[in-house]
Amino acid sequence: MTESAGAPAEIGATLFGHWRPLAARYPFVVVAAIIILVFVLAAAFAPLLWTTEPLALNPLQRLKPPSALNWFGSDQFGRDVWTRTVYGTRVSLIVGIAVAVLSISIGLFVGMLAGYIRLLDGIVMRVMDGVMAIPGVLLAIALVSLSGASLVTVIIAITVPEIPRVVRLVRAVVLTVREEPYVEAAIAAGTRLPQILIRHVLPNCVPALIVQATYVCASAMLTEAILSFLGAGTPPEIPSWGNMMAEGRAFFPIAPRIILFPGAALALMILAVNVLGDGLRDRLDPKLARRV
Amino acid sequence: MTAPVLDVQGLTVRLPARADRVNAVENVSFAVTPGEIVCVVGESGSGKSVTAHAVMGLLPARQLTVAAGRILLEGDDLLTKTPAEMRHIRGARIGMIFQEPMTALNPVMRVGDQIAEVLDIHTKLSERERRQRVLDVMASVHLPEPERMIDVYPHQLSGGQRQRIMIAAALVLDPVLLIADEPTTALDVATQAQILKLMKELRERRNTGVLFITHDFGVVAEIAHRVVVMQHGRVVEQGATQDVLRRPRDEYTRTLIRAVPSLSPPARASVADAPVVLETKHLMMTYKAGGFFEKRREVKAANDVNLCVRRGEMLGVVGESGSGKSTVARCIARLIVPSDGAILIEGADVAKLGTRALRPHRKRVQIVFQDPYRSLNPRRSVGDAITEGPVNFGMNAGEAVARARNLMRLVGLDPDALARFPHQFSGGQRQRICIARALAMDPEILVADEPVSALDVSVQAQVLELIDDVRKRFNLAVLFITHDLRVAAQVCDRIVVMHKGEVVEEGTTAAVFAAPQHAYTKALFDSAPGRNFEFGKFDQE
Repeated sequence: MTESAGAPAEIGATLFGHWRPLAARYPFVVVAAIIILVFVLAAAFAPLLWTTEPLALNPLQRLKPPSALNWFGSDQFGRDVWTRTVYGTRVSLIVGIAVAVLSISIGLFVGMLAGYIRLLDGIVMRVMDGVMAIPGVLLAIALVSLSGASLVTVIIAITVPEIPRVVRLVRAVVLTVREEPYVEAAIAAGTRLPQILIRHVLPNCVPALIVQATYVCASAMLTEAILSFLGAGTPPEIPSWGNMMAEGRAFFPIAPRIILFPGAALALMILAVNVLGDGLRDRLDPKLARRV
Repeated sequence: MTAPVLDVQGLTVRLPARADRVNAVENVSFAVTPGEIVCVVGESGSGKSVTAHAVMGLLPARQLTVAAGRILLEGDDLLTKTPAEMRHIRGARIGMIFQEPMTALNPVMRVGDQIAEVLDIHTKLSERERRQRVLDVMASVHLPEPERMIDVYPHQLSGGQRQRIMIAAALVLDPVLLIADEPTTALDVATQAQILKLMKELRERRNTGVLFITHDFGVVAEIAHRVVVMQHGRVVEQGATQDVLRRPRDEYTRTLIRAVPSLSPPARASVADAPVVLETKHLMMTYKAGGFFEKRREVKAANDVNLCVRRGEMLGVVGESGSGKSTVARCIARLIVPSDGAILIEGADVAKLGTRALRPHRKRVQIVFQDPYRSLNPRRSVGDAITEGPVNFGMNAGEAVARARNLMRLVGLDPDALARFPHQFSGGQRQRICIARALAMDPEILVADEPVSALDVSVQAQVLELIDDVRKRFNLAVLFITHDLRVAAQVCDRIVVMHKGEVVEEGTTAAVFAAPQHAYTKALFDSAPGRNFEFGKFDQE
């Protein structure tokens, strides 16, 4: 029998070590990471990637098929689809990352308090149940239509419905960790509550949260596209995959590529993020990985 | 001598690459004859469980592979069998019992059906015949009212009854070999005694060969005919029980047997004049259980507990699981708030103090827990763990580290290991670290809640010695919680016996062990395995 009790402790040490065995064991994860990296670079260096001005109208070049001039063809206003797809990456990434960071940070704070302070637990969790009862997209549409379309509004609108799930996750981890003898030993040693949370509870939430962050990120990008598609997302002057698809909808029978390219980019990005999340989960939660 | 029912010859099981050794077990040979109980004894990592799993054909695929040897069941080599053939042999010809009776039974299936399942797989009996066989086997393992018990669920049974169900399921097809992997480790001593008695009786009646895996020499002395001692995957010694226990040839066997604490307490210097440091008065801890669908009822985990511990004294609190001994420990360390009563630390009542008022008293009581794997935060270095308390109380970091280095030396560890993380230490070393962490606070009272129960017997002896040593060195009042009478006999000055939340007996260790007064205490002493055997008194010496 091997000493399995020592396993959780090695998580931190091995997360960034042993890349080669990781690549051999999870080839899809490595491919996903490369795809995400390509998207990130594309977003960062969009102006250098043989793009034109994403909003530049060119009435003479309307609905043109792919060519040397317009790699992905042009849309109904003669705008370059390649350029707009590349710039759309920016919106998706900004929304995905911002929502992940915001919802994890807020959820972590609220979840730790709810898990550790009995008095708050009941109230906070009922509020979270309330938020969870409303469909996320519906809540987001309501928030956007109340405060007008802008990137910031979209981010906030997507973050709010994501928070309860993070809170529940954190609270569940806290409830198990607070029973651990090492936490009791810290209490016996006179450690104050904030320190107990930061020193002993928080580090144990991190692996679960990293994994959750990837899922939140993927779902946020999808929700952003849905909102834009419904016209409740990013304003039309910012090219995003969602509003490209919304605008191209009417021309689908004659120029399906207008929807196809941003749609494919969105699918690829979300698939890559989810695969990366699964890989991280396998890596950070050995118990779950062994079960698979 | 009759032909052996099980004959293991030169068994070698390979560990996966990059393990700490090449083979999990190496060249292991032993035999079990019909009607014989063979105990395989060893500490954790000795390969005793791997041996049992190899015989059952249950080695984890692709992780452990049999590299050499033969396992003959009545002359049939099990290693040449296909998985399907092995499935047929398990249950029908080999019965198995595991350590944890709760997890080995399916919680949503009636226990009768779980026994019948074996019959269902291996025989073509009718419904009625099946039920009769199940009732018969349940009666033979002395389950009360089999007619009623056949239709209950596992959670409605006690731990001992569950283990009886497991044994019944293992025996229902009259196997020639019964493999028991630490079957009594998770049970209370009284229950353990009953199960051991049952196994002896069944062996006589059915002439089954029994392969019994254990780490407990008390159990060995109690039931084994022959003993196989394993260390690091090799058999270091085997022979008849009396020979091995009385005249061990191997040095490791001697060490193991010598490490078994004796049931007769050694003479101890009296501390009756020392001042009282800790006192509880009418300590009560009541939990409310039930509600919603059940009737609400109160559970008195601790009921009117009066204790007192003097400076330099080690008070043993002995009891079975559920006796309330840990509840008392946690109340005294103020990890929980007692429902009623007083906890006096040098005269000051801390039972009901709030967080702020309690803080100055925190450093005076420190606690060491049972599970060395969970009592240190896996993500913080050992140094951080030991210095946490003193730094909380305003010591500067440099001074705290210097103290931590001294304490590491004191508990027998390398001071330079402070930067390392808990997973780099063994169980015994972690327990030493926990003791160092407790001492860092310069406490007056040390609460040790089953501090050696999770440790191997040789390590256990060293940690006990360390606890006794720090008691003397720092003149500590120690509250020592244990279920193990042997351990209590060795280190405690006085003993308190708890049963169902109440103190039933109290007295000096020598007096309690010589002449227990209360009926429960007597029963407890009678069930200690190997109580008639004096360990470590070897014949040549």
